[in-house]
Amino acid sequence: MQANEAAAAVPIQEVRAHRDARDDRLFGWLLKGCALLVLASLLGAAGATLWGGRDAFMHFGFGFLTSSEWNPSDDVYGALVPVFGTLITSFIALFIAVPVSFGIALYLSEVAPPWLRTPVSSAIELLAGIPSIIYGMWGLFVFAPFFADHVKPWLTSYLGNQPDDGKVSWVAEHIPFIGRMFGNDNPFGGSVLTAGIVLAIMIIPFISSVMREVFQTVPTRLKESAYALGSSTWEVVWDIVLPYTRSAVIGGIFLGLGRALGETMAVTFIIGNKMKLSPSLLDPGASIASTIANQFGEAAGLQKSALMALAFLLFVVTFIVLMIARLMLRRLAHKEGR
Amino acid sequence: MLTSSKYFSRIGTSAVFAAASLFGMSAHATDITGAGSSFVYPVLSKWSAGYAEKTGNKLNYQSVGSGAGVAQIKEGTIDFGATDAPLKAEDLASFKLGQFPVVVGGIVPVVNIPGIKADQVKLDGETLADIFLGKITNWNDPKIAALNAGLALPAKKITVVHRSDGSGTSFNFTNYLSKVSKEWADKVKFGTAVEWPTGVGGKGNEGVSQYVKQIQGSIGYVEYAYAKKNAIAWVDLKNAAGQFVTPSADSFAAAAATADWASAKDFNVIMTNAPGAQAWPITATTWVVMYKTPKNAEHSKVAFEFFKWALNNGQNDAASLDYVALPATLVQKIQAYWGSEFKH
Repeated sequence: MQANEAAAAVPIQEVRAHRDARDDRLFGWLLKGCALLVLASLLGAAGATLWGGRDAFMHFGFGFLTSSEWNPSDDVYGALVPVFGTLITSFIALFIAVPVSFGIALYLSEVAPPWLRTPVSSAIELLAGIPSIIYGMWGLFVFAPFFADHVKPWLTSYLGNQPDDGKVSWVAEHIPFIGRMFGNDNPFGGSVLTAGIVLAIMIIPFISSVMREVFQTVPTRLKESAYALGSSTWEVVWDIVLPYTRSAVIGGIFLGLGRALGETMAVTFIIGNKMKLSPSLLDPGASIASTIANQFGEAAGLQKSALMALAFLLFVVTFIVLMIARLMLRRLAHKEGR
Repeated sequence: MLTSSKYFSRIGTSAVFAAASLFGMSAHATDITGAGSSFVYPVLSKWSAGYAEKTGNKLNYQSVGSGAGVAQIKEGTIDFGATDAPLKAEDLASFKLGQFPVVVGGIVPVVNIPGIKADQVKLDGETLADIFLGKITNWNDPKIAALNAGLALPAKKITVVHRSDGSGTSFNFTNYLSKVSKEWADKVKFGTAVEWPTGVGGKGNEGVSQYVKQIQGSIGYVEYAYAKKNAIAWVDLKNAAGQFVTPSADSFAAAAATADWASAKDFNVIMTNAPGAQAWPITATTWVVMYKTPKNAEHSKVAFEFFKWALNNGQNDAASLDYVALPATLVQKIQAYWGSEFKH
């Protein structure tokens, strides 16, 4: 009896094992398919923009990257102004957003009373969900006029080399580049700097929610040990929390940077859309995404191809920025001896 | 309105689509599709609503921009395209297309000078071109003063505001400047987008008017309906006949009536700088482009019926949106063109 039962049980187990193996394989393929889908769409998009931009790349060659001319009536196009505008607005955005997000995340994870944490962090998540066109409208209708009336005059007269009263300030005279960076004589709120500030506001929710989340993963016993040894909150944050979460924090920053690089509508509304290279942050400029958004609808022929080429350059710029982020992380890990 | 933010108009079109698919199954209604210029989108929507009420036939119009509209009609994916810049004879011939104007509108230079109201500043074409070339940089320039005797203009820096997106408004505006200024014609030329010598760019009519409102001493150009709705001060212009005219339905109609339609093949006339004594110099139209031998005869027939109805009965709808209907003589000419050029 018992022998019979054992004999009957073996095939059942075998069948089950067989089925499980097959299901596992299927599941593995499914997962692989999902992952490959991302890769395929990325390569497909990059390939499509490269293919669409081939006319422009062949026609202008390397000069496409170095020329600041963008002249649809003569069909001459160069990518320097939009590429420069994209990088500079994103850099301004990070410059403002990183410290502010750090402060928000620290406050919420270390300092704030518990009853305040949930409402403030849900408010931040809501902020992340606002469509970018709303930020654009707000920037155009509210922020740009405010900036032109109250912030810009101060910047031009105390930091710029073309102040309204003609008296160049000490700062502008003695620190290189500052005067030119803030030199401006047009009474207009939309500029590279304004676009950067609005971008900063847009990416703060992303960066700060990532930071807050990872700060909360720091084991309490580490922090409490430090407090027990008499550390101040700042020392705990700087010496315990930050080193513990460094790579995730940098990841969050680059998530925000990725959004800033590709942001379209908000930038289009407030950057001023001028295809001219200027050292001044207070001058209007253009970004890759804003140029495409502005001109794609009516473009044809070589202009369309040049816009596709710009889209491909945005891929390249984003890729390079992410590579730098990876390298930074690896060096950090190396320094820590991991 | 000319590119009244493509976002919103797209939302509008998809709503029309949704509505059409929901209710469009009734009876024998035919849905025709068109795409192109955003300049005509408001008036086409109004006409199509009126026409659908009368006949049950619906019109789906996607205001995706003239360039995209022309591309789609060349690919044959829509029943008609609409463009702010007329197609050249070669293009029409090689794709076996025909084109005709449907409605007229005006483009006005607008200014923001403290204390200055609409119709107070007077400019001629050359001065306007010099301002947009960056050669005249101050409102108290002697050239401006000479045209505005008795009006005290402040010593304020001029900020030029132009469209940042490709648009029919820019096409007609730069076309006018090319006709009145040799330097503009040589250096900048005309098109839906050009390399602007100076100034800042706003997206759409709303972007330009918003910038003009914000910047003291600025000058821009928008569609007339937009300036009127937003109460921005416009400028009177000296026309080809040497008269100062104010933008209005009458002066746009005068331009449409005196433009040289008679000698133009396929209505290929850009109406700027029209010769009439009362003509507003920056008057624009939109052309509808259709196949001479339609791919879908039934749709094409409905489209022609629609435009016939619109050209003959759509004047009030057009006027309510500050467009001007085509003059009767031109409508007759278009109907003759339909008979001779298109196979129904």
